[in-house]
Formats: sequence, C-alpha cells, structure tokens
Amino acid sequence: MAEPTADGRFGAFGGCYVPEALIPACRTLEQEFRTAWADPAFRGELARTLKLYAGRPTPVTPATRLSAELGVNLLLKREDLAHTGSHKINNVLGQGLLARRMGRTRLLAETGAGQHGVATATVGALLGLDVTVFMGAKDVERQELNVFRMELLGATVVPVTTGGQTLADATSEAFRHWVGQSETAHYCIGSTMGPHPYPWMVREFQRVIGEEARGQCAELLPAGVPDVVVACVGGGSNAAGTFAGFVDTSAQLVGVEAAGGAAIGSGSPGILHGFDSYLLQDDDGQVLEAHSVSAGLDYPGVGPEHSHLADSGRARYVSATDDEVLHALRKLAQTEGILAALESCHALAWVLRAAGTSELPSGSTVLLTLSGRGDKDAAQVRELLK
Amino acid sequence: MTRTATGDRPQLEAHLRERRSQKRKLLVPFVTAGVSADWLDLVVALVEAGADAIEIGLPFSDPMLEGVTIQQASQRALERGMTTTRALHAIAELELDVPLIAMTYSNLIKRHGYEDFCRRLSESGVSGLIPVDTPLDEAGPLIKAARTNHIETVLVAAPSTPDDRLKQIAEVGSGFVYASTVMGTTGERTSLGQQAADLAGRVRACTDRPVLLGFGISGPETAVEAARHADGVVMGAALMRRVLEGQTVDEVTGLARQVREALEAV
Ligand SMILES: Cc1ncc(COP(=O)(O)O)c(C=O)c1O
Repeated sequence: MAEPTADGRFGAFGGCYVPEALIPACRTLEQEFRTAWADPAFRGELARTLKLYAGRPTPVTPATRLSAELGVNLLLKREDLAHTGSHKINNVLGQGLLARRMGRTRLLAETGAGQHGVATATVGALLGLDVTVFMGAKDVERQELNVFRMELLGATVVPVTTGGQTLADATSEAFRHWVGQSETAHYCIGSTMGPHPYPWMVREFQRVIGEEARGQCAELLPAGVPDVVVACVGGGSNAAGTFAGFVDTSAQLVGVEAAGGAAIGSGSPGILHGFDSYLLQDDDGQVLEAHSVSAGLDYPGVGPEHSHLADSGRARYVSATDDEVLHALRKLAQTEGILAALESCHALAWVLRAAGTSELPSGSTVLLTLSGRGDKDAAQVRELLK
Repeated sequence: MTRTATGDRPQLEAHLRERRSQKRKLLVPFVTAGVSADWLDLVVALVEAGADAIEIGLPFSDPMLEGVTIQQASQRALERGMTTTRALHAIAELELDVPLIAMTYSNLIKRHGYEDFCRRLSESGVSGLIPVDTPLDEAGPLIKAARTNHIETVLVAAPSTPDDRLKQIAEVGSGFVYASTVMGTTGERTSLGQQAADLAGRVRACTDRPVLLGFGISGPETAVEAARHADGVVMGAALMRRVLEGQTVDEVTGLARQVREALEAV
C-alpha cells in the first residue's frame, strides 16, 4: 500500500478537513513523521521497544482443531499476545516516540472500549508523558475496568456527555481539546482515521503486523502466501497493518465490519473527524450512531484507505452480526483455548460462515489477524450469554 | 418570498464594506437554525437591534469546532427536527435588509452536493457560506460551486495561521475574513487575549476585506475590545446560551442591543 497523495488522499478518500487552527499542527506532524520514518535511529528505537517492551514479534499459531472442523487451514496472527493485549500498542509506541521527539509533553487520546486508551496510558507512563483520554460516558460505564486500568497507569479519563456518548463523541471532544493545546500536546489517534497524515502514519506503525505475518506464512505454508487474509475493521488499523504485508501478493484481502457499524457495507461517502470516507449518515448528512456488541467497532466511519481498497476492488468488505460474533468467540475458546476480543471475533465469524462455500472453499489457507484478547469482554459476554 | 440568485439578495462583502465606510463597527449575531420554536423571530429581532448580517448555523450532529453551548444548541435543533432543507425553506420566507451567512460543516455540504447546496442557499436568499471544517486547501471545489451560485465563501483565519497562508485565505475567501480570537472552540470568554489583537492586525496588514473577530465575544466589553482591532465581531454562544436557558426573544435581543450601543462608541 502506497503513500497517499500530497493532499493526503487514497484515491477519492482521505484529505485534511480540520478547522484552520489545526492545519499547522497537521502539517508539522506530517513533516516530523516523514523525517522520523526515514531516520534509522528512530526506526531502530521503535523496533527495539516493540521487541523488548511490547513482546514482538507475535507468533502465528495454526488453529489445528478448528481448521480440521472447518476444512480450511486457519492461521492466527496473535496480536492478543502483544503487551496490553491488542495491536493498539504498535501504533501508540510509534506515536509516543514521535511525540517525544517533537518535544510534546502530553498525549491526548479517544477511546471506545478502552484498549487504545489503555495502550496510550501505558506508553505515557513508559515515556514520561502526561495522558488525557476522552471516553464517551456510556463507554465509561460499560468499560469500568479499563477506566480503572487507565487511572492506575496515571492517565486522566474525561467522560464525554454529548451526543450518543460513545466513540464518535469522544473523538470530537479530543479534537476540541487538541485545538487549544496543539503546541504542547500530541493527539494520539487510535486508528487509521483522522486528517492526513494520521491514516497513513497509523498504517505504517501497524505495518509490522503484516510484515511479520508475511515472513511467518512463508515458513508455515507450502505456497508461501495464504489464499485469504482476513481482519476485523473498526477504524481499520489492524486490517490496514495486516493488508500492508500482503497487498502485493495473490492473497485475497477481506475486511470484516460489524453489521451495526458497516460504513463500507451500508454507508455513503462523507466527511467526519477530518477525513472523507464511507460513513453511516442520513439523507441530510447527519451522522448515524453505530451499534455493535464490540465497543471497538462502534464507529460510524472507516479509515479512508479501506474505502479506496473497497472501491478499487483490491479488498473485499463483509460484515458479521452480534450473534455470529458471540458464537465465534465461544468456538475459538473451546477449540483452541484462546479467548479473543469481540472485535477480532468478527473476522473469525466470517471464516466460520464462509468456510466450505465458494467464498472460502475447502482446503483454502487463511491468515486471520486476532487483533486482541478477550479478557476485557468477559463480563459483557457473561451478560450476553445469560 | 423566494429570492433568486440575481434577486434582491444583498451581496455580503459589498454590504459590509458599505457599512464599514460609514465608520460603523460591524455586528454579526449567530443563530442556530431551529434552536427554539421562535428562532426566526429572533433573527428578525436581531436585525432590528442593529445586526449588520446574520450568521445562521445549520446544525450538524458532530460539530468538532463548537464549545458546549453551540453543541447543545445544535443537538436541541436536531432533536426538534431541524434539517438543512427545513432551515433553508424557513429562511427563504424572511425579508431582511442585511445579508444572511450560513455556517456549517463539510459533511452537510458534501451530502447535498457542492453545486446543489450552493444553489439552494442562493435560492433561499443566503449570501455567504462559512464551511468551518473546510480549510483553504480543501475549499477549491466548494468555492467554485459557490461562485457559480453567487455565494461568497468566508474562510477562517486562526492565531496559528502563518502570514503567507493568511494572505491566501484573504485572497481566496470572500465576504469577510473570519478571524478566530483564540486557539480553541466557540464559547463565551471573559476577556480576549493578545492573540486576538495580533491576528486581527496581521490579517488587516494583508487585505482590505472586512475582518471580523469571532469566538468568545460574550457581551459589550469583549465586543468593544475586539472591535478596537477589527472591523467588527461575530457573537454566537452568548446569544445561544440565553436561548437555551429559556430567555425570550426580547431578552436575548437585549444583549445584541447593548453590544450595538457599546460598538457605537468605538
Ligand atoms: C482488539 C481490537 N481489535 C480491533 C479494534 C478496532 O480497531 P481497528 O479497526 O483500528 O483495528 C479495536 C478497537 O478498539 C480493538 O480493541
């Protein structure tokens, strides 16, 4: 996947739709990221931290029993084993090191389920940066434990009481605070979304998933490359990082959205939070609330590069319902002994549905990015299964 | 009365320049369309109280640049069923002798289509458009559609905007230059900082278009402070807070009258 155009576009999508006050901050960030990314010292420090602190490389695990049951060869890229329990740490370590290099002393972040908030609080503690996390009041209630984790790590959590009080509102609020503090604070966006350069930068920081997996598949698979590469899509960062490792191969790329938050599946092009992409909205252009069991996919938009991959046909986007996701969660737990995050179970739900059909014929090899572990969801799943 | 693109709609910049030439400091109150049942009465009353133009906020579900008050006003308006179409139909019925300026977010404009949106503004008697989250770099296609429909596109300048960019903003935009007093969101403030004076000065140095300061103008004192450095002010949250608190049109307009009077002395 290539660099966006100079104006931050992937095909027709992306751009930088922010209030004038934030333009200098976005420009500076782009230059600083470009320089850092070309600097072997920065790349080296990031690689070292990912290895010694975050526990990379994460393994690729053959899901042996489940594969036998499904008649496909399923490999799991284990982001659940990264420090803090999800792929979010890859991006946050990158942005944290960049923020420190830029002389910023504070990190601002939005969070839905709290995974990105916890990752940001963690990296803030590691690098000695102040952290403020904006979280919808509804999510603060739903994800009490993650709020406590963030606070234990020294972060301040600000409940957002406007709108639907979920991720989209938390994101708007983070932008509002960034406008006033862009000289001292770095806004650490949690996915491949936001104004240019964020979607590109976050994908580059997540590219490590796909690059590792490419090498691991080469060792594990006789063909070297899987037939299908699949990942769940909220804003799209774990999927973008995964796809980046396989976009130049013959592998089919599949992104799985939540049925209640399927921006590509049921949205139309629109502009929210600084970028142009598929968006759930009404005829007037008012943004609709997403609804999903997984707070991490409860977002009405999707990263612009995914909209481009969809329109260009290089990747295919499907969706999974809450019921399918809960079923997938249990299935994986009981066949492989892995309790996966509800978000990640969207990808698995598609594999369970498609295996043995023309979408995913028997004998196919599949690499699935298991973006996070399910401990955070245990209480919620218990309620849902009652 | 539905006005046409070539009808009796006042030209925004020409109107403001003309008023400025009378040594008058300009007052542009902001009203969120649909914030209350009598919002149109409020618009009319504000003109009678001495407004030189009125900024109409077309409510958007996710207003990234607004502080709490205008967020609440937008939410209230949407809950009351306001839409772009309804707002423009309502506005079209007004007969005012000052220009109307629509303020909104890119998504509403894009959703209706740049060309369609601007044509509908024009047909409703609106003269100007402030697309607050469409910066200079993204504004090209919108400005083109606006021009075709005789709509003047007002661009925002911020304290962080460097001089060379200010110049472009002043050149590419029209109507007036909307200078933001602070690095922050809309909302009332007790005083304005040096940033406001500095920005107004920098904008004036690169254009003779009218320059209005907005964000944080809360009453006569902040308005006077701003008007010392600029051609006038935009006042929004202070009015909308009063509406949200349930004040009558008369009471809300009282604030605009006080500001108008105070500006006479600048
Ligand atoms: C475990 C996990 N997977 C996936 C996501 C969705 O984000 P993205 O689409 O950016 O990978 C989240 C977001 O919170 C998450 O926590």
